[in-house]
Amino acid sequence: MENRAATAGRKTPDEARPLVTGSGAPAEASGLPEVVDVPSPLIKLRNLVFHYGAVEALKDISLDIPRCQVTAFIGPSGCGKSTLLRCLNRMNDLIEGIRIQGSIHIGDLDIYAPGVDPTALRKRVGMVFQRSNPFPKSIFENVAYGPRIHGNRNRTDLVGIVEKSLTRAGLWEEVKDRLTHSALELSGGQQQRLCIARALAVDPEVLLMDEPCSALDPVSTARIEELLFELKKQYAIVIVTHNMQQAGRVSDYTAFLLEGRLVEYSPTERMFTKPALKKTEDYITGRFG
Amino acid sequence: MKNLSRRGEPYIWITGGALAVSLVMTLGLILLILVNGMGVFWPSEMVKVTLKDGAVALGMVRNEETIPTPGEADAPVKHRIQLQVGNRDLYGQDFRWIDEDAIQGREIPTEAILLERREWGHFCGFLKELRVDGTAIASGPEAVWREMVPKLALAQRLWNQLRAIEKDDMGDISRRQESLRLKVRRRQIDGQPADDLEAKIAALREEFNLKSEEIKKLRAEMERSRVILTTVDGKEKDLLLAEVVRALRPNTMGFFGKSGIYAGRVWEFLWDEPRESNTEGGVFPAIFGTVMMVFIMTLAVVPLGVLAALYLREYARQGPLVRAVRIAVNNLAGVPSIVFGVFGLGFFIYFVGGSIDRIFFPEALPSPTYGTGGILWASLTMALLTVPVVIVATEEGLAAVPRDYRNGSLALGANKFETTWRIVLPNAMPGILTGVILAMARAAGEVAPLMITGVIKLAPTLPVDGLFPFVHFERKFMHLGFHIYDVGFQSPNVEAARPMVYTTTFLLLVIVVGLNLVAITARNRLRAKLRSSTF
Repeated sequence: MENRAATAGRKTPDEARPLVTGSGAPAEASGLPEVVDVPSPLIKLRNLVFHYGAVEALKDISLDIPRCQVTAFIGPSGCGKSTLLRCLNRMNDLIEGIRIQGSIHIGDLDIYAPGVDPTALRKRVGMVFQRSNPFPKSIFENVAYGPRIHGNRNRTDLVGIVEKSLTRAGLWEEVKDRLTHSALELSGGQQQRLCIARALAVDPEVLLMDEPCSALDPVSTARIEELLFELKKQYAIVIVTHNMQQAGRVSDYTAFLLEGRLVEYSPTERMFTKPALKKTEDYITGRFG
Repeated sequence: MKNLSRRGEPYIWITGGALAVSLVMTLGLILLILVNGMGVFWPSEMVKVTLKDGAVALGMVRNEETIPTPGEADAPVKHRIQLQVGNRDLYGQDFRWIDEDAIQGREIPTEAILLERREWGHFCGFLKELRVDGTAIASGPEAVWREMVPKLALAQRLWNQLRAIEKDDMGDISRRQESLRLKVRRRQIDGQPADDLEAKIAALREEFNLKSEEIKKLRAEMERSRVILTTVDGKEKDLLLAEVVRALRPNTMGFFGKSGIYAGRVWEFLWDEPRESNTEGGVFPAIFGTVMMVFIMTLAVVPLGVLAALYLREYARQGPLVRAVRIAVNNLAGVPSIVFGVFGLGFFIYFVGGSIDRIFFPEALPSPTYGTGGILWASLTMALLTVPVVIVATEEGLAAVPRDYRNGSLALGANKFETTWRIVLPNAMPGILTGVILAMARAAGEVAPLMITGVIKLAPTLPVDGLFPFVHFERKFMHLGFHIYDVGFQSPNVEAARPMVYTTTFLLLVIVVGLNLVAITARNRLRAKLRSSTF
């Protein structure tokens, strides 16, 4: 059912177009460098158009997301950055009345091709949500949930996976003595790291983070940001954030979205020092949005 | 006034008053049941009343009321008392109203004795003689009492032996005979010889005769000990000692002695079978039937209701059709319960049960096996009656599971079923249990549909016994709710039965509360486990 809803209005992309910046704002984009070279791209979006019913939420977005880097989506509320993120693991399929056109490839897989199993895709593309959402189970069961779902019933394996995932999420030292305790006993920051560990446990290639720190205090936020530096050695990370400083600190590439259009996409350093467009500069410096 | 309503105080009074009224009514009801029900087993003292015309009466004072004198506004208020005189076999009725004006004197004779008998209810009177094999071995109240107490225990043991043989051994034999007879019928239908079975039946008949001999011997033994009693007005009664359930002299008893009798009577009430068309003895078969019916009903209603609610909430596309179904389900709870009973009778008993009989038990026809009321059909009818409650509560529970949990599970690559099964359903458990609690309470208290789907006044056997296959779903059963109705309104001896109505009602309340406490405890444990911490 999910598959049908998502691919109903899909049209095959005509040809692979070069990576462009500001595809939705050609007038302003004229005279500016159009292609941003991304080293070893893992995810390729081409001419992505997304409708919620009659509302066009994403307008012709094309963009490459690199391996082993952190890519940030920024933009004011309602600009479509979360929708874009959810397109990458097909979480939008769960909403009724959506239409998607264009294509998204992860590696060689066209994720919206008919016959692609969204659950198999979500195993490859992990996700961490804005509000930490550990299940009301023990810490161990939270992390082991994903592997169990994917058929791993071997207790020894699971113990190994849980330890490895918690270690990677920087939580092992804090919880190793109370794995059987309820996950709900943890603090907010710990819960969010537990959610990261839970996502890592199914061994994904990509980690999507939807404003992972917006509900956390500065100390917890700092811990998660540190974690991202470690994690990006292994995973492609896409993070949606409202916090300009955070995007500047943690990301390698930044995409600025406005009203469903990709306005500018470039290496973070360049975007935060010499943004190509006036709009981007205005937003980053806090003049609007 | 305006100022007052602005401060909101009238609303506090109104809301508080509404709560107070409901509380007072509920507590009043419970108190009424308690007061009337708890005193029943307390042995009250026996009073000998002498009337002005010289007549005498002996009994326990049960009630007191003013005599209404119509037309005369300032006539002196007159009272009368109700005396439980017992001796129904001699007087024709257990209770007597006596005007206070007619009473000359009252005394409390110490040697007055109260005998609870297996038949004819209480005997109130005095001991005269104890006879063994026709010769008196003691006479006079004191001597007979001393001799009788040990003999009574012996006689009761004899009686219990007799009951055990009659009920267990001989009942067993006749059931085996019946099943063999059915096997023979089956062979006849299939056109096969059944000589070996006939031989077995003959052997059983022999066994039955042996048991009959045993019973004859026990009876002869029982016949030996008799007690001669006199009533207060001089009538004599010759009684088999084995006919006596309990003998007591309440006028000589202290508090502890009375407490002992009270405990014994409560015990008998809980664990014994009814006597005297349900007005005496215990209600154990009714307790058992009620609890078993509720359990079978729960086993049937929970999967049905939860699955239906899951489809409605998780899978069905939310639209006008689902809304209509939901409204229909809610309204189903308002259908009169007797209608469910009629449906159960038509569908379960006549259609399903009749079909089962034709396919699996053709040898027993025309007497039905499953094609008649039984505990299974009653439970399933009750399950239909309570399924809306479970569906509504489960839907509420499912709706209360945070979206975040579902998203978290789906984002890990779980499919809808895995998410529902492993995340949503466990988190909806408190809601589901709320539904179960409501359903159990409803089912335990409902009587009307049971009356036509399998409840009877007096069931000879429990639905569970030692005979293969141990649980007999086709058997008829007793139920506390029906017991209350039967004892209170269908009894030939309403005055004697009324206290039992209160006691049985109280017991039913206790059982419902007990069942609910189990479910509530389970729910609270789950809630504590699922409650998210605040951070």
